Amino acid sequence: MVTDAVEVTDLTVVRRGKEVLRDLRFAVPPGEVTGLLGPSGCGKSTLMRAIVGVQRISSGSVAVFGQPAGAKSLRDRIGYVTQAPSVYDDLTVAENLLFFARVLGVDKDRVARCLEQVDLADSRASVVSQLSGGQRSRVSLAVALLGEPTLIVLDEPTVGLDPVLRKQLWGTFHELADQGAAVFVSSHVMDEADRCDRLLLMRDGVIIADGTPQDLREKTGAADIEQAFLTLVEGDPA
Amino acid sequence: MSPRITLAVAARVLLQIRRDRRTLAMLLVLPCALMTLLWWMFHDVGGGPFTSLGPALLALIPFIIMFLVTSVTTLRERTSGTLERLLAMPMGKGDYLLGYALAFGLIAAVQSALAVGLSVWLLDLGITGHAWLLLVVAVVDAILGTALGLFVSAFAQTEFQAVQFMPALVIPQILLCGLFVARDALPGVLHVVSDLLPLSYAVDAMRTVASSTETGDVWQDLGIIALFVVGGLALGALTLRRQSP
Repeated sequence: MVTDAVEVTDLTVVRRGKEVLRDLRFAVPPGEVTGLLGPSGCGKSTLMRAIVGVQRISSGSVAVFGQPAGAKSLRDRIGYVTQAPSVYDDLTVAENLLFFARVLGVDKDRVARCLEQVDLADSRASVVSQLSGGQRSRVSLAVALLGEPTLIVLDEPTVGLDPVLRKQLWGTFHELADQGAAVFVSSHVMDEADRCDRLLLMRDGVIIADGTPQDLREKTGAADIEQAFLTLVEGDPA
Repeated sequence: MSPRITLAVAARVLLQIRRDRRTLAMLLVLPCALMTLLWWMFHDVGGGPFTSLGPALLALIPFIIMFLVTSVTTLRERTSGTLERLLAMPMGKGDYLLGYALAFGLIAAVQSALAVGLSVWLLDLGITGHAWLLLVVAVVDAILGTALGLFVSAFAQTEFQAVQFMPALVIPQILLCGLFVARDALPGVLHVVSDLLPLSYAVDAMRTVASSTETGDVWQDLGIIALFVVGGLALGALTLRRQSP
C-alpha cells in the first residue's frame, strides 16, 4: 500500500460567510495524474489553495505527505501553478527562473532542464510580457518544476492553449507522474477528463464522483464524462 | 531567513528597475531637476531661502519617491500572485522585506548622492556640517519611505488606491515637519502630533547637518527614524500572510 500524497478528510472551507467547500474526503496518490473537474466557480481553486496551504480551512484536515498542509517542511516539495501565471512580466524567461531557482536553492542546471520540459528553451531570452498567454503559463509551470516537487498542483494549466500544446503538456504531466510525483490538475473542460488516470468531479463545493474515467462511464452508463457529469447531477436529489 | 534569499530578492528588484529604463531615469534625474528648480526659483531673492529650504527638500524627495515606488511595486507583487508563490516557497518574510529595503536603499543612495552632490557643489547649498552626513540622512529617509510603502501596500487593492496613500499619509507629514511653520510655533496639539511623525525627525536632522557641525543631535534623530523603519517593516511583515481567510 502506497502512502497517499494528499489526504483530505472532512474538509470544509468558509469564505466570507459562504461555504465554498463542504465535507470533502478524498486522496491523491503518487505516480498518477488526478484530475479535478467541474464548472467555473465550483470551488476548484479554493481546494487547490487549501492543499498548497495558502487557504485557511474551517474544519476537517488536509494532510500532505503526512503533515498538515502549509507546514514549513513541505514548502520545497510542492510545485504550485496558479490560474494566472505568477511570474514577473518585466523580466525575461531565464531571469524569472534563475530568481526562483535562487530562492529555492536549486542548481542553475535545473533552469535549462525545466525550460526544455515546457518547451520554452528557445524563448529563454524573451521578456515575459512579450509572450503569448500560453507561453506565459508555461513559464509559470517551469517555475513550479524547478524544485523537483513530489506534489504538483496545477490550477487550470491548459486554459486557452492550442490543442497541440495541450496534448504536449498532458504528456509532460504523465512523465512527471511516471517519475513518481503526484500530479493534481484542475480543469473546467470535460473533454480533458480522459487524459487523467483518475477523476474527481466537483460541483458547488462537493465532490460528486471519484474514480477512473472508465469507472465513471460504466457506473453512469454514459458515453463520455460530460454525460456522466449530467447523469450524476440529475440523479442527485439536491 | 537566509542571506541567499534576501540577496536574490534584492538583485531581482534591481534587475526589474534596470529593465524599466524610464523609471530608472526618473529616479535618478528627477531629484536633481527639482533641486535645480528650487535653486533657480530663489535665484533673484535675497536672504538665502535656498539654503534654509534645500536641506528639508533633500529629506523629502527620497522619502516621497521611495514611498510611491515601493507601494506600487509591492502591490503589483501582491496582485500578480508572485508574492503568494514566494510565500509558498521556503522564503522568510524577513527575506522579502529586507530584500526590498536593500534594493531600494541602494537606489536611494545613488539618487541622494546625485542630488546632494549637485546641491552642495554646483548649486552652492551652504552647509556647515558634513556633506556625507546629508547623504546618510537622505538614505535613511528613503528606507523609511520604503518601509511605510511596504506597509500601506497591504491596504490597497489597486495601484490607483496605492497612489492615493501619498496625499493621505505623506502630505500631512510635510505640512507638520517644520517646513512651513516652525514646529515649536505649532498649536500645542499639532506640535505633539508632529513629534509622532517620522518626517519631522528627518527634516530636523537635515537642518542640523546644514547649520552646525554638531553630530550628536543628528545621530539621535537618525536613531528615531531607524525605529520608525523597524516598526514599519515589522507592521509590513504582519501584512504578509501565508494563508488567506
